[in-house]
Amino acid sequence: MSNHPIVKMEQVSFKYEKEWVVKDVNLVIRQGQFLGLVGPNGSGKSTLIKLMLGLAKPDRGSITLYDRPIKSFSNWQEIGFVSQKANSFNSGFPATVLEVVKAGLVSRIGTFKFFNKTHKDKALKALRTVEMEDYAHSNIGELSGGQQQRVFIARALVSDPSLLILDEPTVGVDAKHVTEFYDLLGRLNKEQGITLLMVTHDIGTITEHATHVLCMNKTVHFHGNTEEYKEFNDEDLNRLYGHSVQQLTHNHDHDEVNPS
Amino acid sequence: MIESFFQYEFLQNAAITGILIGIVAPLLGVFIVVRRLSLIADALSHITLTGIAASLLLEKKVTGINDWNPVYMGMVFSVGGAILIERLRKLYKHYEELAIPIILSGGIGLGVILISLADGFNTDLFSYLFGSVTAVDRTSMWTVLIITIMVIAIVILFYKELFVLSFDEEQASISGVNGRWIHLLFIVMVALVIAASMQVVGILLVSALMTLPVASALRLARSFKQTIGLSIAFGETSVLIGLFSSYHLSVPPGGTIVMVAVIILVMTILFKKVRTQQWIKGEV
Repeated sequence: MSNHPIVKMEQVSFKYEKEWVVKDVNLVIRQGQFLGLVGPNGSGKSTLIKLMLGLAKPDRGSITLYDRPIKSFSNWQEIGFVSQKANSFNSGFPATVLEVVKAGLVSRIGTFKFFNKTHKDKALKALRTVEMEDYAHSNIGELSGGQQQRVFIARALVSDPSLLILDEPTVGVDAKHVTEFYDLLGRLNKEQGITLLMVTHDIGTITEHATHVLCMNKTVHFHGNTEEYKEFNDEDLNRLYGHSVQQLTHNHDHDEVNPS
Repeated sequence: MIESFFQYEFLQNAAITGILIGIVAPLLGVFIVVRRLSLIADALSHITLTGIAASLLLEKKVTGINDWNPVYMGMVFSVGGAILIERLRKLYKHYEELAIPIILSGGIGLGVILISLADGFNTDLFSYLFGSVTAVDRTSMWTVLIITIMVIAIVILFYKELFVLSFDEEQASISGVNGRWIHLLFIVMVALVIAASMQVVGILLVSALMTLPVASALRLARSFKQTIGLSIAFGETSVLIGLFSSYHLSVPPGGTIVMVAVIILVMTILFKKVRTQQWIKGEV
């Protein structure tokens, strides 16, 4: 199964109110990869993720997930998603960490069936993976941003996905925890063989951890492994990022800076 | 009230109906509050009034309609209003809350016209506005019982879907939860519970029974299940003490039930304050 393409996008385009946000994107994500998706603000990164998750429909092109056209794909428990919104959820919501993580099993359990002990154990196991087991019965709103982020990763992991998609997960997480966070992702990728797709601003850090990089600004500018990407010199980056280049090259030099 | 309870059928009807809505109103209220839809209950209760008025008017003007229970027409209007709100929310994607004042004021506007045409500003109407211990008959008690069983069954069956939709709609959609369908089912249940609760608490105060117990529970609960449990406990306490004092003070139960709910709310707020202060002192 290794190297098997699990996400395939062909000539995918999407427009938002007459303007193309994603244009003619071709992309293959293979099993076992850790793909960093980078690009300036408004480059269509999040939209690309939404298209991949079926939350938006492409105006042109085709998307295939696990060899099935996205329209007929129903095996959603294979895909775990940690949204950008995970940072801005209703923090007054009256739920425990365990309840939030168990909610990640909804697609696996199916309609008209109830949560049981097995699901609780699965949730606790996912919390152990992200080292948050001790907080299982805490209220979700009482945790720090970094801890909440881990809980949302546990929620994405609880259905044993083979692909984990993360949209800017390090925004709002302090530098020390960002390192721990990447260590966790590395373990998931290497030890558990989970394919990762991570959207980020932070080019410097992602290139130290990802196996592959995809640069986009509405269209794909670079897609290849990290080694090839590192040979890209600043002039290429300049061309690629247009106006946002200063901010991005700055980050390239100083990994710990985290724009938000 | 205890001896009278066995003596008078109307008291049994009111008490049993009260106990039932004391469960379902706060139960649905939890989902309404966490989804920040508290005002929807208000809009739906006002459109229920329009239905009551329409029923009173028909009863007056059309011969052959005598013993219609206005509650049923209220339910029809409430459910219709719920579906309209959903449509309007989709139409005004960026101003979803606009649907609420549109339906609320539209309902009251039409309601006032219908009530006047029916010469209906009388005691009957008063009991629909603020509730009544005497207005509940056997049939509507059974109707409320059926609605209660249905609502509890649906909430249990769709608990995980309702939870995930309330917490994170995007996640729900990725989980394959059919949000639109479940949301519609939910809002229709809300509409039915509002119409069912109206006879005891009254139209103007029915939304309070859905939100105040939840507001109190939110001060104390840690988990979602606890929030539901406490909300029902607070709702039930409010209804029982409220009905009892309403009977003894001869005032509409809507007023007493809501005042008990307010007292519980104030108590939980104070309790939480004291406990937090104790916790701070203990820590330092």
